[in-house]
Amino acid sequence: MVAWILAVGLHGIVTSRDLIHQIICLVVVQSSTYVLLLGVGYVTGGVAPYFYDISQRAKAVDPVVQALTLTDIVVEAAVTALLLSFAVQAHKRFGTLDPHELVEFRG
Amino acid sequence: MPSLPVVVPLIAAALLLAARPLATYRRTLDLVAVGTSGAVALILGFLIFRTDHSGSYWFAGFHPAHGIAVGIEFTIGPLNAGLACLGATGMTAVMVFSWRYFTQVGTYFHVLMLTFLAGMTGFCLAGDVFDMFVWFELMGVSAYALTAYRPEERGPVQGALNFAITNSVGAYLTLTGIALIYGRTGALNMAQIGAWVDRHPPSGLVTISFLLIITGLLVKSAIVPFHFWLADAHAVAPTPVCVLFSGVMVELGLYGIARMYWSVFGPGLGHRAAVGHVFLALGVLTAVVGALYCFRERHVKRLLAFSTISHAGVFLAGFALLSPLGLAGAALYVAGHAFVKGALFLGAGIVLHRLRSVNETWLHGRGRKLPVTGVLFTAAALGLADLPPFGTFLGKGWIDDAAEAPAVTLILLACTIVSAGSVLRVAGGVFYGLGDPPREDERMAAEANEETGETDTARQRTPLSMLAPLALLTVAGLAVGITAMDPHASDALLAAAAQFQGQPAVKPADVTVSSVVTGVASAGGAVAVGLAGLYWRRLPVLRSLYEPGARGLGLADRFQSGVINDYVTWAIAGLACLGGVLAAIIR
Repeated sequence: MVAWILAVGLHGIVTSRDLIHQIICLVVVQSSTYVLLLGVGYVTGGVAPYFYDISQRAKAVDPVVQALTLTDIVVEAAVTALLLSFAVQAHKRFGTLDPHELVEFRG
Repeated sequence: MPSLPVVVPLIAAALLLAARPLATYRRTLDLVAVGTSGAVALILGFLIFRTDHSGSYWFAGFHPAHGIAVGIEFTIGPLNAGLACLGATGMTAVMVFSWRYFTQVGTYFHVLMLTFLAGMTGFCLAGDVFDMFVWFELMGVSAYALTAYRPEERGPVQGALNFAITNSVGAYLTLTGIALIYGRTGALNMAQIGAWVDRHPPSGLVTISFLLIITGLLVKSAIVPFHFWLADAHAVAPTPVCVLFSGVMVELGLYGIARMYWSVFGPGLGHRAAVGHVFLALGVLTAVVGALYCFRERHVKRLLAFSTISHAGVFLAGFALLSPLGLAGAALYVAGHAFVKGALFLGAGIVLHRLRSVNETWLHGRGRKLPVTGVLFTAAALGLADLPPFGTFLGKGWIDDAAEAPAVTLILLACTIVSAGSVLRVAGGVFYGLGDPPREDERMAAEANEETGETDTARQRTPLSMLAPLALLTVAGLAVGITAMDPHASDALLAAAAQFQGQPAVKPADVTVSSVVTGVASAGGAVAVGLAGLYWRRLPVLRSLYEPGARGLGLADRFQSGVINDYVTWAIAGLACLGGVLAAIIR
């Protein structure tokens, strides 16, 4: 499942002819890490790890990976926002969003 | 105390942003930035020499209990604190240089530089893998934004996009590796994962995790075939930023690989010799590719960027020898290289500031009115060519001593000669008008002349605030070498490398006759290559060699296509090959 999301995202980045599409594919690649992190911490029959109104000994899923996923989402928000702003600039300067045309330097 | 090097720049950055409506006074910004980075460099310098501590610092006092880490750790050793200190020192020099460099600077430049500094420092000191990833991303995001600092031009937008997408893909693969190793070991702390891996037999999952984690770092350190983004980004980033990109950021990726290998995976993976050979092959390949691209380039900043790729290969080769002497050599080489490469970029920045171009062809002979810059640029270029007593010669000498393989020594020597020779060709042509002006290559000329609008309007003379950092970095490159020749200093560095690897040093780090001879030969060869690059049209022998060669190099354009899709494809292919090789070894 994780590998499939990762592969789909990478395939999208490699074949994309539109920068916005490419950036969204990058988000897909990153989404695979959310699924992986949450999957790694999953415990069969575990409950949400809020030990407020449940017993301290209750079986709960791993809270560490949830914290990691949240951090990961924050990172994603920053990177995606920045990349989309680059895409806006690219469209202004090059008049296109095709990565094959956005070439100022070669060689 | 150990948290200060990341807290101080972050607070300073936040204050600058918060005070933006109030402080429009440019010099306040510059002062805060110079002061902050200088202070960080001093604190880190103090941490390097502090000997009364185990080196671990736990945030908020959450010490590990029963071998299980619950808190966040900073591990402070001489090597990583030294690398962070190198970054902070470079940052200070660069902020002084920027004093008179930019036409108009918003708050953003200073804020981004400070967050970039915090990211670099945090990455060096972090003691657990997830924090390492977060600092890596902080450094990355700041670097992407800095690359596109002039979004009104086409080059920076393309460079930043290539940089950001390629590096993000690498970073997410790293995170995948981190998630896998956490799932297997239940730990994020490096020492704790290392202990787990050590206790258990090598497994496929651990190998895959190692591979994925180093992929992101290989992209950052521009190792072939993960290197394509680097030249695009370095050529267009503002020149002061390039100093840090080339001098420190690339090396941070390599540091990350070394750290992952020695603190976490290496002892548990086993198959040392074979794994070392894989890295050695990658390093040598990178050195060769970087040197060839460097030689054919006419855009001065891009040329320096390709020389960085070539040197990154040499550093990786030093690490790949897996001995304290090789690592100590790589560390010293990194320090020496950072100073001289920084000086070269600052020299290019002054040329751009005064003459409005970084096109070697157009600039031919026009640099004669910048005599001081010319002398310093040439000196730094000779330092890049490992001329004793620059720090580079001794670092390279130790790598050669540790390699004990004449073939590796010769190949790396040839790479240094070609890449440093190209820089000397620029120095001779631009500042002294030697040789014939190179023939105009229209495409490269157009690219290089795009570089406008970065600098101040007053171009009548070079301000002292720009010359002084250039001179200081060149002198620092010399000072590093002279210091390291002292037996006390070299023994301390070797001991630090041995401590980093957790194994005793077998061979001493001495100044050998062969390292001096190799250094002088390297500098001599580089001067010869530089002169050949300037005078080849007058010599029929060279002419017959050059012209078919130049046509062959046209093929190089196909690889360095500037298209993100190709770069990511190469990275995936590289990952697959590396994975196949590692699987074959560790099976």
